[in-house]
Amino acid sequence: MSSIPQELKYAASHEWVRSEGNGVYTVGITEHAQDLLGDMVFVELPEVGDSVAQGDDVAVAESVKAASDIYAPISGEIVAINEALGDSPETVNSAPYTDGWMFKIKASDEAEVAALLDAAGYAAAIAE
Amino acid sequence: MAQQTVLIGKHLEAGAKVVDFHGWDMPLHYGSQIEEHHTVRTDAGMFDVSHMTIVDLNGERTREFLRFLLANDVAKLTVPGKALYTGMLNEAGGVIDDLIVYFLSEDYFRLVVNSATREKDLAWINAQAKAFDVKVTERPEFAMIAVQGPNAKAKVATLLNDSQKAAVAGMKPFFGVQAGDLFIATTGYTGEDGYEIALPNEMAADFWQKLLDAGVKPAGLGARDTLRLEAGMNLYGQDMDETVSPLAANMGWTIAWEPSDRNFIGRAALEKQRAEGTFKLVGLVMEQKGVLRHGQKVVVEGGEGEITSGTFSPTLGYSIAMARVPATVGETAEVDIRGKLVPVKVVKPSFVRMGKKVI
Repeated sequence: MSSIPQELKYAASHEWVRSEGNGVYTVGITEHAQDLLGDMVFVELPEVGDSVAQGDDVAVAESVKAASDIYAPISGEIVAINEALGDSPETVNSAPYTDGWMFKIKASDEAEVAALLDAAGYAAAIAE
Repeated sequence: MAQQTVLIGKHLEAGAKVVDFHGWDMPLHYGSQIEEHHTVRTDAGMFDVSHMTIVDLNGERTREFLRFLLANDVAKLTVPGKALYTGMLNEAGGVIDDLIVYFLSEDYFRLVVNSATREKDLAWINAQAKAFDVKVTERPEFAMIAVQGPNAKAKVATLLNDSQKAAVAGMKPFFGVQAGDLFIATTGYTGEDGYEIALPNEMAADFWQKLLDAGVKPAGLGARDTLRLEAGMNLYGQDMDETVSPLAANMGWTIAWEPSDRNFIGRAALEKQRAEGTFKLVGLVMEQKGVLRHGQKVVVEGGEGEITSGTFSPTLGYSIAMARVPATVGETAEVDIRGKLVPVKVVKPSFVRMGKKVI
């Protein structure tokens, strides 16, 4: 059973969201998602300043197995990206919830955050 | 219910991620397929290949039969133990399977064929063998372990007794020898030195454990695929199948045209294809970010083709592929990656051998 931290929010498309305060949210992919994808070889990230809408494909995770779109779990503006993934994409595999984060979004609609899945909801979603 | 090899317990013990592979429960990786890949290129890794099918052929006319059955010519096998890679073709010149044939003695040859094609292979071989009075015997009582990498032979040697060591001493590539309970062959699917070892099922788990103890790391199907692709080796069902000519699958070197009076299955069709020209299988290299994948469209001078196998090359650090394209192809091409045409280099389909870049 893969780890699903209680304090995070989740999208059914396997992104996690962590509040950093001031309406900024860090986004990455879940341990379950990285396990499905296998070893990561490239991560294509959005650009800082990009405006994104919830559900937009904003990044691509290329693993040994497949190229997978990463979706914006909430709407807003990209305010930071994890440049370190350029040299070490495998961090997404080894530390999906910490150093393997992908980008940060300044939310434009906090209601979207509230509507995301909690840990139990995500666990139920992947058990189906 | 999927079939399992006798080593399934060892895979689960090692934390393998097990997937269905053409009806077999097989290890995809044991944690990281990229690490397993590097282990084989730099040290020694082992693969459970027990799902592959060993077929023994016995009878006085076995050589004559194989000269008819196979596109390569077993007349080249003059020293007992010597092996040959070949296609087994249908009348239309399509590839039923690719396989390795070992010459053991004049009335005893061994074939190792793919597991995904087992049933149709056996049906075809049996049907063709009747006219030659050749007895066809599948050997499911054997497991098979491939130990590959620059340190593979030295690590295997620590498990061998003196007579087995003597049997494999100085063995050249593409030979097989029965040494006690082990059938040890200097073959593989990685482009590295090493052995493929067939042994009785009941001995396999113990032998696997001894290899682990000798420092050989288990590697799964994922690493096997990236290793074989770097080495420019075809995967049946992906790089060629019954609808594809060996001439369009970089297997022209496995067709023995001479002597011209040797009749083998598919010969007439192949001669026609050779005269008319076919697509060819080339290598592609993309040094920018991204990964070439099976099925992507390739635009070349004079037409369009398709990637048959593509991957990220762990050894090179960028993506490589094999693609079947019109023979008019030049030195560059463009690949349609998710709607974008990306420039790539066209090379011979062989990228890494013996740990070294060869492009």
